[in-house]
Amino acid sequence: MSNRAQKLLADIKNKNARAIGKAISIVENETELCDDLLIGLSESEMPQYLVLGITGNPGAGKSTLTDKIIAHYRKQNQRIGIIAIDPTSPISGGAILGDRIRMMQHATDSDVVIRSMATRGRLGGLCSCAGATVRIMAASGCNPIIIETVGVGQSEIDIVSLADISLLVSAPGLGDDIQAMKAGLLEVADLLVINKADLPGATALFRDLQMLAREKEREITKTIASTGEGVDKLIKQIELLEKDYNESSYILKKREASKKKEIIDWSLEMVRAKLEKNIEHFALTNSDPRLQAKDFIKQHLKDMQ
Amino acid sequence: MVKYRVLIGKPGLDGHDRGAKFIARLLRDEGFEVIYTGIRHSAEEIASVAVSEDVAAIGLSSLSGAHLKFFPDVVSELKSRDASDIRVLGGGVIPDEDIPILIESGVETIFTPGAPAADIVASFRKACEAHQKENEGNY
Repeated sequence: MSNRAQKLLADIKNKNARAIGKAISIVENETELCDDLLIGLSESEMPQYLVLGITGNPGAGKSTLTDKIIAHYRKQNQRIGIIAIDPTSPISGGAILGDRIRMMQHATDSDVVIRSMATRGRLGGLCSCAGATVRIMAASGCNPIIIETVGVGQSEIDIVSLADISLLVSAPGLGDDIQAMKAGLLEVADLLVINKADLPGATALFRDLQMLAREKEREITKTIASTGEGVDKLIKQIELLEKDYNESSYILKKREASKKKEIIDWSLEMVRAKLEKNIEHFALTNSDPRLQAKDFIKQHLKDMQ
Repeated sequence: MVKYRVLIGKPGLDGHDRGAKFIARLLRDEGFEVIYTGIRHSAEEIASVAVSEDVAAIGLSSLSGAHLKFFPDVVSELKSRDASDIRVLGGGVIPDEDIPILIESGVETIFTPGAPAADIVASFRKACEAHQKENEGNY
């Protein structure tokens, strides 16, 4: 490990905000120091940490709920990390990352580490980058670490797989998209949350979800994130589940699966970069692209480093 | 390719955020990752967010006349966080005679009403490039 990486790692452990911010950028941009930093992280003793995934439709109140969850853990004097993920524009490649607006009351609290992250259209989803960010935050003493993401699309479902416990937040008035989610996120979420529970339609939504929740033996918690109502109850559910998962060593199995997923994601990222470079010099033929892809891979995958 | 990250913020009690949101969208459409922190924040909050988000530049918008206080405050808050490399750009309703004072205090550029969008984008890009160059080899 280089001296620079050693210094960076020491600064992360000393909870230096600048170092944590820089380290996450290094992993995000896969710059020169990335591998050294990750070697250092994996060699150092990691404190225990829980990863919470929070997902749901745009406008369901995820960021507001996250804000209240942060406040809860801060009251218990726990240092907490948040990765807030927003989509990258497929057209410009830019992004507006606005989840922080709801969490600004914690802006100057040095024990609340918030990082906004854009999806950047990664092939393998976001797990590679978010996974490393989780470990940077954990090394700086954060526990729990929350990953918040919009619940649409495959990469967001992948993010849930990074979490030890994932929450699906829904709210009344968002209409039929509940139907669409039924086949996806509802199945992978560990806890169901009905936020904005004071709005009309909350009871109907509760009934809709109840059937599924019974089938999967999931708890449904009602919250009003804007006032904080129900958040204590939600945290209790999280703690119960954490205890349960720990005792049954389900959490170990989950982490093993998510590590494998991260490896696949990093691999895809690396392979893609290489293939995109090599396709420039590939001599096209008249055969079908699928058949050409097989030749292409044969030519280039074996010398891949 | 490294993506440029910038923060758009509104210091002080000024709640007029059309300009700030316009700039945020403009930069997004030019490929920047824009962290928007919303209205009514202290210089301390803005500087603290800029550090943890590791942005290259901050764009401050003020339409209430408090720019002489808040823009330099953000610059010095960055300094106290060992983050003077983060560039600060400003915009809003700012009298001509205040501009040299702000530049003197460490603000990179000031944009007043009617500034062409292309100039604003170019300035942010320049600031980000300079920031990247300065930070090469650090850490």
